Order: sequence, then C-alpha cells, then structure tokens
Amino acid sequence: MKTNQAKQGDWVRIERTALAPEERAPGIPEETARTPLTLWVKGALLSETASVGDAVEVKTVTGRRVRGKLESVNPAWRHDFGAFVPELRAAGQAFVSQCADREGTES
Amino acid sequence: MTDRNDIMKRSVGIEYERFESGFVAFDYEALMREAGDDVRAVAELQRETGVGATPLLELRNLTALARRLAPRGKGARIFMKDEAANPSGSFKARRAAVSVKKAKTMGFPGVMAATSGNYGAAVASQAAMRGLQCIVVQECYDSRGIGQPEIIEKARACEAYGAEVVQLTVGPELFTVFLSLLEETGCFNASLYTPFSVAGIETLGVEVAEQMRTRTGRFPDMTVITHAGGGNVTGTARGLAKAGATETVVVGASVNLQGLHMASDRDFNRKSFTTGHTGFGVPFAVMPDRSDVPRSAARPLRYLDRYVTVGQGEVFAMTEALARLEGLERGPAGNTALAAAFALARELDAEQTIVVQESEYTGAGKHAQAQLAFARENGIEVRLGDPREEIPGQSIVLPATPELLAPQEQNLDKLRRSRIRHAIKGRESELRCLARARENPNDEQRWRETLAFLGEETKRTPAFAQETLARLLEIEPSAP
Repeated sequence: MKTNQAKQGDWVRIERTALAPEERAPGIPEETARTPLTLWVKGALLSETASVGDAVEVKTVTGRRVRGKLESVNPAWRHDFGAFVPELRAAGQAFVSQCADREGTES
Repeated sequence: MTDRNDIMKRSVGIEYERFESGFVAFDYEALMREAGDDVRAVAELQRETGVGATPLLELRNLTALARRLAPRGKGARIFMKDEAANPSGSFKARRAAVSVKKAKTMGFPGVMAATSGNYGAAVASQAAMRGLQCIVVQECYDSRGIGQPEIIEKARACEAYGAEVVQLTVGPELFTVFLSLLEETGCFNASLYTPFSVAGIETLGVEVAEQMRTRTGRFPDMTVITHAGGGNVTGTARGLAKAGATETVVVGASVNLQGLHMASDRDFNRKSFTTGHTGFGVPFAVMPDRSDVPRSAARPLRYLDRYVTVGQGEVFAMTEALARLEGLERGPAGNTALAAAFALARELDAEQTIVVQESEYTGAGKHAQAQLAFARENGIEVRLGDPREEIPGQSIVLPATPELLAPQEQNLDKLRRSRIRHAIKGRESELRCLARARENPNDEQRWRETLAFLGEETKRTPAFAQETLARLLEIEPSAP
C-alpha cells in the first residue's frame, strides 16, 4: 500500500480548520487574522480506507473521535540538529581559549 | 459552550471567588494554601514519582573564567541546579507532579495542559506514572506549516509519554480550543498558574537553600531564575524564604525578544526561544491574572529584586560554553539564567555564591545548533560580534569573546508601576472617589487594604502604592 493511502486502524495525522479567518479573535495582528487557525492531531483511522486529502475520522490516543482531512500516514518526526553553524563553535572556542589552562590547545 | 469561569472552576477544583475581597485586593496567601502549607509534604509527594532532589553542581571552570574577566577579588562561585535530572528533563516535572497527583486524588479521568514548552512533557510523564490520560495543546506552526524545532521536539516527547498532542497554528484562540477540549473531556486543567503548580516549585527553592548551606556553610547570596510566566520566580523565591534564605537576592532573567509580537504569524518563526523570553516575562509580570485561571498563583513582582535580559546569541554561546568547559550538554532555554549569572558573578565578591536554579534536557530540535540553523533558514542573520547589536527578529549575535556577555538591567520600578496600573484597570473612578472621600471607617479600611495589597504585589510599600496611585488617578498624595 502506498504511503498516501491508509486502511482502518492505521496511525495517521489529520488536519482541520479550527477557526476560519472570519471567525478569528478581534485585535490579533493582521497577518495572523487573514489565516485560518489550523489544528493537527493524530489517531487511528476509523474509515475502511482513505487517501491523503480525504475527509476522515480518527480515534485519538485518549479515545476522542475527531474529523478532519487526512494529512499523512504513519507520521514521522523529522526534526534534527540542523545545518552546521560554524559561529556557534567559534563562540564556544572563545570561552575555551580564555581559560588559563587550556590556551594553545587549538588554534 | 458553558461559561468560561464555570469550566475553569470545575477543571481545577478551586472556588476563586472565596479569595476576592470585592475590590482590587485578594487574599493571595489563602489562595496558595489551597495547595497545602507544608513544603515537606509536597517534596514527599514529588519523590513518589522520582521528582526533585536533583544534584547541585559547582561550575568551577566557568567560575575561574568569570574571575579572570573580573576585577581582583571579584567573581562569585557559580552553582547550577541540574534540573535536567528530573524524569521529564526539566524543573517543570515539579509543577506537574503536584497537579497530576491532585487530579488523581480528585478522580479526574485525565489532565490537560496548554503549553509549547517543557511543561507538556512533564505533565505527560507524570500522567503516565499515575495512569491518567493526558492531552497537551500546543501552538506549534506558522500558517505555512513550519514549526519551531524546539516545539516539535516537545510534541515528540509528549507523545513518547503517551499523551495526545493537539497542534495549532499561531494565535491566542488556542485558549478557546483548550476550553472546549476541557469541556468535552472533563479533564483536570493542569494550569501553570494554579497554587498546585507554584507549590511544586517551592521545593526547588528549599533544595537550593539547603544544598548550598550544606556545601558552602551559607545560603546563596544570589539566585538567578529564568523568567517567563512567573511561576519559576514565584515558587523558587517562596521556597528559599520557607527554608530561611530570606537574604538571597532574587534575580529574574529573560531572553530579550522586544519588538516581536507573540500573536504574529510572521514573527513566530523569527524568534529562537519559545519560552523564557520577554514576550511572556513582561506581560505576565504586570498582568499576572491574564492567564488561564481567574487568579494566577504566579506573581513574580512579589519576589523579584532585580530583572535582567540577555540576548539570544548570549544564551546560545553560554550553552556551548557549558558543554565545552563543564562537560554538561543541556538545552539552551534553561541556560538563560546561566548566561546572566556568568556576567553577574563578576559583580559579586569571590567569597560570594550565585546559583543558577535550573537546567533542561537537550536533543534533536531542542539544541543551540538546531535553533540557530533554523533561524538562519528563516532569514535571521547569525554572526559573531557584540551581543548588544542583536535585533530580535533580525539578527542573533553570538558574543565574539566571553567578556562581551552583558545582561541588561531592567527598571523594576517601571514594571511595578505598570503592575499597579493594570491592577486598578476599570476601577479608576471608584478608587478616585474612595481616595478623596474616605469618610467612614469602611472606606478608610478599603483604601488601606488596597494600598497594602498593591505594596505586596510589587515588593514595595503601601507608600509606594499610594505615590503611584496619586500619579495614576491625579489625586493629591497623602501619607497612608
């Protein structure tokens, strides 16, 4: 089965609009107010089969039933340590090189 | 939806009206007694789930470096409470432990928390230990669906502990979503601002005082506390006082994010700290009750002696220095106070001591490297230089040399006056009448109560409150 398709019981992530732009709270910044308040939650798919983008219902880990658009199947965490930032290393090195007993250990 | 206050009352089990005196003042200490008076009992409860009794580490190499950069005879010994040793990797486990136990005792089916920070993982972890369900509601993504790596890591941690994580785009309406979920599930609101949450941090203050006395023979001269919503400052300071360390100078430290709007979809990913910053630190100091409960137990201006800000670059550099010089790789947000303490140590005598009262766990996403890389990808200039040149939302300046670390002193009296202005909001004309008339003993007593309360709210005196009120209400100042 393709990764954009899910069957009943699969662990999926859904997306839904919690508030449309016109329903947003007064007084929030304009760039926020023109976007919807979007919500994501994960759960087990209740429909028999579905594809990404379909309207579905899931059962969350606390047993709540939530409707939304199927966003992903077997959602993964992909955050990492990011691209190397040489300035961070240099800032650390500035501390090390000022320590009396560590001078000259690295240029 | 049912009335907000009704949902709140039901979901934290506190009748907040009982503490109101009907005017500006309310009985703060009575509210705190809702969590019980006995800090030892709280510590015992925390030990049931492995929370607290964390190591106190002396940062000898950073102390030596601070002394090298300080005038002769200056440079206090720097200590750090390694709160990363708590089950969920931060001091927030202390707050969660008390709230989750309360929820369990009161028979709630589960607990909920609205947080993008370490508190979510703390509540999820404690809920797992106590066999309760847990829902964490997070502000996580901008409208492009791009999320702060730090917040995404916290979502992962919450899920690892078995919680349901509800993620949202930017906006204060998170609170509305949170309320409707409370109503739908009947869960306990493990708010950061209840007496339970603040009482949970008092044990940290007690441990700081007692471990320092054992280690050095004295209470610490100064404690530096990362300040956001106010609970950390409030609980730690109360704990220090309960242990007898009433002379310890309490310093709050926040990351300077001035100029960035916390509800802005555009600014959301232009900041590299999701907590411990001025975007929470200032409003929660001057408007503590603008939280998710009617009266917040976190009231930082009652306890702060000084308030300083540090730059994002300073905190990232300090995080790197802590790993390189002390062999402690910890999360950046928890090192906000450390960045301030490293510079403040140089003001104090070499015989004095300074305690950084927390550290937090680190990992993918929640790491100086990840957050700086993310900042750069989002158009923020990252460079070495003088951190005073940093402009929040535009640049992150890592100090080119350690002596450039220089926390900026904030004017606490200005915040205190702002606190008083917010405390009397909507009651100005009534107060003006009261201040002018005061003909019967009842009025006189109400006026004195108001001044006493505002004096306590600001860690100043009734006279300070009177002088501030005179200016705000344009009335003649007279001796209280």
